[in-house]
Amino acid sequence: MTARTAKMVEGAESRISSQPTADDLEKGSSLWSDAWHRLKRNRLAMISLFIFFGIVLFCVIGPFFSPHDAQEQDLLKGALGPSAQHWFGTDTLGRDLMVRTMEGGRISLLVGLVATLVALAIGVIYGATAGYLGGRVDAVMMRIVDTLYALPFTIFVILLMVAFGRSLWLIFVAIGAVEWLSMARIVRAGVIGLKKQEFVEAAVSLGYSHSRIIVRHLIPNVLGPVIVIATLTVPAVMLLEAFLSFLGLGVQPPNASWGVLINEGQQNMDIYPWLLILPAFFFALTLFTLNFLGDGLRDALDPKSSKD
Amino acid sequence: MTRFIITRIIQGLVVLLAIYALTFVLVALTPGSPFSTERAIRPEILAQIEAFYGYDRPPLERFWTSLTNALQGEFGPSAVYANRSVTDIIGEAFPVSLMLGSISLIVALGIGIPAGIVAAVKRNTWLDYLPMSASMVGICLPTFVLGPILVLIFGIGLQILPVSGWGAPEFIILPAATLGLFYAAYFARLTRGGMLEMLNQDFVRTAQAKGVPQTTIVWKHCLKGGLIPAITFLGPALAGIIAGSFVVETIFQIPGLGQWFVKGALNRDDFLILGLTVLFAALIVMMNLLVDIIQVALNPRLKYEK
Repeated sequence: MTARTAKMVEGAESRISSQPTADDLEKGSSLWSDAWHRLKRNRLAMISLFIFFGIVLFCVIGPFFSPHDAQEQDLLKGALGPSAQHWFGTDTLGRDLMVRTMEGGRISLLVGLVATLVALAIGVIYGATAGYLGGRVDAVMMRIVDTLYALPFTIFVILLMVAFGRSLWLIFVAIGAVEWLSMARIVRAGVIGLKKQEFVEAAVSLGYSHSRIIVRHLIPNVLGPVIVIATLTVPAVMLLEAFLSFLGLGVQPPNASWGVLINEGQQNMDIYPWLLILPAFFFALTLFTLNFLGDGLRDALDPKSSKD
Repeated sequence: MTRFIITRIIQGLVVLLAIYALTFVLVALTPGSPFSTERAIRPEILAQIEAFYGYDRPPLERFWTSLTNALQGEFGPSAVYANRSVTDIIGEAFPVSLMLGSISLIVALGIGIPAGIVAAVKRNTWLDYLPMSASMVGICLPTFVLGPILVLIFGIGLQILPVSGWGAPEFIILPAATLGLFYAAYFARLTRGGMLEMLNQDFVRTAQAKGVPQTTIVWKHCLKGGLIPAITFLGPALAGIIAGSFVVETIFQIPGLGQWFVKGALNRDDFLILGLTVLFAALIVMMNLLVDIIQVALNPRLKYEK
C-alpha cells in the first residue's frame, strides 16, 4: 500500500467516522439546528443577540424594579442631570428619564413587533398567492408591488395617521401596510422555485385546495428567508414609528416611544443634552443590533448567499 | 427605446392620477373640517366660507374641479392661511427644498459611491472595513438622531456652524450632511455589492490574465455594471430624502416644503396637502423614469427583456 492510498483510506475513514451516528440521525440535523450552529459561530451576530435581549429585558421588566413612575411629575426636580437617585436624570417635568426610556422602549419594541407581524401576514399571503398562481395574475400582482415601491409611503402613512386618529393600533396597521413589499417579493421568488417540486405535485394529485397547498406546503418551506427579512423589517418599522412620533404624528402623550423622547430631548439639547443622548443611544443601539442580527441570520439560514 | 419611454411616461401619469384620487379620498375621510376653529362660528358665516372653498358641492364634483384645476397648475387656495394660494406657497418654498434636496443627494452620491468602489476594490483591507463599519453606523442613525447630534457637536459644542436658519451658504451644511450621510451609507453598501459582483465575473479574470491594468478593469469593465444597484436605489433615496426633509426642516427651522407639509397635515389644510403630495409624487415618478432610462443605458440587455 503506497503512502498515497494509505492517506486516501485514512481520509475515507475519517469521513466515515465524522458521519452522524444512528443516534444523531434519529435526532436529525434539521435546517434549523444547522442554522443555529452557523449563527453561533458568527460572533458579531451573537453579541448583537445578547445586547438586544438585554435591551428587551431592560425595557420589559425594568420598570418593575424602579422606585419611580413614568408619569410621576415633580416640577421642583425638573431637568436634573444623572444622579444616584435618577440614574438617567429627569426630564423638564421632573419625570425619571430611566423609567421613561424603559417604557418608551416597550412601545417602540411593541410597534416593531406587531407592525412587522402585520407586514409579514400581508406579504407572505400576497407573495405566496402570486407565486403559486403564476401567469397573468402573478404579472398583475407584482406590477402592483412595483408601482407601490415607487410611491412616497411616508406621506401616506402621515395622511393615514391624520385621517384616522393617532391610536397605537393605527400605527401598527399603517406601518405594516407599507412595509410588506419586500416580504411579498421574497416569498413569491421562493414559492416559484418550490411549486414545481414533487411534494407539491403530490399535494395537487391528492386533491388539496389551492389555499391548503399554499398555507400547509409552500409557506413553511420559505420560512427561512421570511425570518431573515422579518428581522430586517423590525428596525425599518421602528424607524418609521420614531419618525412619525418625532413629528408629533405617532405615539401621543402621556405615552412615549423612543421617537417621542428623542423629539423632547432635541428641543432642549443645548441645556440638557442627556435628555437627547440617552434615548437616542438606546434607539440607535437597538437598530444596530437588529441589523447585525438580520445579516447574521441571512448568512446562517442561506449559506449560499453572502451579503456581498 | 422611444416606445419604452413613452410607455413609462403613460404609466407614470396613471400612477399620479391614482395618487391624486387616493389622497383626495384620504383627506375627505379626515374627520373635522379645515374651517373649524376653537371659537364657534355662526352657521351662516361657515356656510359662506364653505361655499367660497367649494365645500358645499358633492364630493365627486369637488374632485373633478380640483383635478382639472390641478392639471392647469392651480392647486387652489390654502384653507388655513387666508389669501394664500397653494401654488404661491409651493413657488416660495420649493426652491429652498430643491436646493437642500439636491445638495443632500450630491453628498450621498459623492461620498457613497466612491467609498463603495474603494471598499470593493480593496476588499478585506482597512479601506474596506473602515467605510463599511462607518456605513453600518450611518444606517442606524436616522435623520432625527443624526441631526440633533450634529447640532450638538458643531453648533453648540464647537460653535463653528449655525444651529438653525436659512439664507447663507453656511446654513446648508448641517442639514445637507444630516440628510445626505444616511443615504451615503446606503449607496456605499450597494455600490460595494455591485462592484464585487462585477469583479468576480469571468471577463475580469480574462482581462487580468491578458495583463490589463487594474485601473482599466475597474473603470472600463466593471463600473457600468457595478453602479446598477446604486442607480436603482435613486428612486427610494429621493423618496427618503423628501420624507427626511420633514424632519430636517423642523430641526433646522428651514422654510421649505417639508415644514409646510407637516403643518398642512396637522392643521388639515386640504388643498395644501393635496398639492404637496402630488408634487412629491411627481418628483419621485420622474426620478424613477430617469432611473429606468439610465438602467437600460447601462445594461442594454434589459432592452430585450419584455
